[in-house]
Amino acid sequence: MTAIVSAENLTVAYDDFLALDAVSIDVAPGESFGLVGESGSGKSTLLRAIAGLSPVTGGRIVLDGKPLDVKHRDKAFYRQVQMVFQDPYGSLHPRQTVDRLLQEPLAIHGVQDAERRILRALDEVGLGSSFRFRYSHQLSGGQRQRIAIARALIIEPQIMLLDEPTSALDASVQAEVLNLLEQVRRDRKLTYIMVSHDLGVVTHMCERLAVMKNGKVVERLSSADLVAGRLKEDYTKNLMVASKGFVRAASMA
Amino acid sequence: MSTMLTVDDLRVSFPTRSGLIEAVRGVSFTLGRERLGIVGESGSGKSQTGRAIMGLTPAHAKISAKTLNFDGIDLLTAPAKVRRSLRGSRIAMILQDPKYSLNPVMSIGRQIVETLRTHENVSKREARDRAISMLEAVQIRDAGRVFDLHPHEVSGGMGQRAMIAMMLIAGPELLVADEPTSALDVTVQLEVLGILDKLVADRGMGLIFISHDLRLVSSFCDRVIVMYAGKIVEELAASDLGNAKHPYTQGLLNCMPTLGTNRHPLPVLDRQPEWAL
Repeated sequence: MTAIVSAENLTVAYDDFLALDAVSIDVAPGESFGLVGESGSGKSTLLRAIAGLSPVTGGRIVLDGKPLDVKHRDKAFYRQVQMVFQDPYGSLHPRQTVDRLLQEPLAIHGVQDAERRILRALDEVGLGSSFRFRYSHQLSGGQRQRIAIARALIIEPQIMLLDEPTSALDASVQAEVLNLLEQVRRDRKLTYIMVSHDLGVVTHMCERLAVMKNGKVVERLSSADLVAGRLKEDYTKNLMVASKGFVRAASMA
Repeated sequence: MSTMLTVDDLRVSFPTRSGLIEAVRGVSFTLGRERLGIVGESGSGKSQTGRAIMGLTPAHAKISAKTLNFDGIDLLTAPAKVRRSLRGSRIAMILQDPKYSLNPVMSIGRQIVETLRTHENVSKREARDRAISMLEAVQIRDAGRVFDLHPHEVSGGMGQRAMIAMMLIAGPELLVADEPTSALDVTVQLEVLGILDKLVADRGMGLIFISHDLRLVSSFCDRVIVMYAGKIVEELAASDLGNAKHPYTQGLLNCMPTLGTNRHPLPVLDRQPEWAL
């Protein structure tokens, strides 16, 4: 397998605390790779380290076969890799219209045909051109997340980093956004790395996943293995039990 | 089963610049010593229903009901003093996020003691002892140490347990839990629910469990009310969820990705305008 993104012994340290402890993953082109674990397990840190939002203190990131200079990332990197954040209420500028929000990445990367791209991006995420001159406070949570996805897609990246993209949304809206993400991945042959604490969402979206705990990967498995319950680690089994919902008999023990 | 709370035709509306927003539009139910779940998406009026029962509706909102009766007390006409004495002692509420709903500059123990001493005439010494045994009841190890910690020094799960302890210390008869576990980690969620379940069962409280997660609610409650656009669209026994009739309830059940089902794309809700009528 030739990986499009791989992390090799990637380490993120804050003083003495290792948020990420020599983690290695390989993600194939066109694949959707999941990261699960509880809060503080380092799953978001791994994503943020790849995106350049967390300081990499050791190891390396290999993108398309070429090692990445993590200290000096160029524009080409950001054109290839884009991220969608968890909270659609916090990730859009409150004083900018949708149009202005979508112009920004185009201006940064010097893309010419802004008009056409904006209309296309809005159309692609299922919002009509009527949304173009609205502010984010005039949109619902699901619509905001669609705008965040449109903003990531507009410069045509190959790799999308998704940090809990639906956990702030209602169940009914979550289904719509997950369908949208699957649709654009199919249409544009994108590679996803997706963080979620919901095993149902991860197995739905991803073919393979890594289970993280205390900054380390404790288990790697395919979604099929997870569904069939072929698990090695107790930690993964616990996550599995938790995802099945509340069971009264078990709680009494 | 004796009825503790009667809600008949409850309406809550907010006057705004662009007209009257009707958040709750004629909700009716009764509650005995049982677990009732209220499910719906954001804006369905589920939280406002809970807040109206607690008496926490904002002052500018308009609230009306044919009946809003708690154990013989008419909550709508009761003076503020009566409602204040009910709140915390006979009706208590657990909020969603311990990070925002605990006082950040007061130790956990002092907050629990404050609740207790507001409602009962007990000595400081006894209040402290009772607070510590309550913290032990919510399965906090080393309760004496946690008593003196501030909310930022404990994890989310621990904070939520402290909040449960604070709400239960005065021995309420009715507990309103508004998304009590949504801000917690999946693994911690079940622990907290287990503790809540045990305490509610042991003390014979009535519980109103408000959540957007239909599956979670149905696994926890005896009866479930499904709300949409401020109205109850369906009421059914939790065990009977598979036979839900309303398309909205069925849609909510179907749209969650679950382990072992392979549905691409996921079914989405096809909202009909007549649901909101």
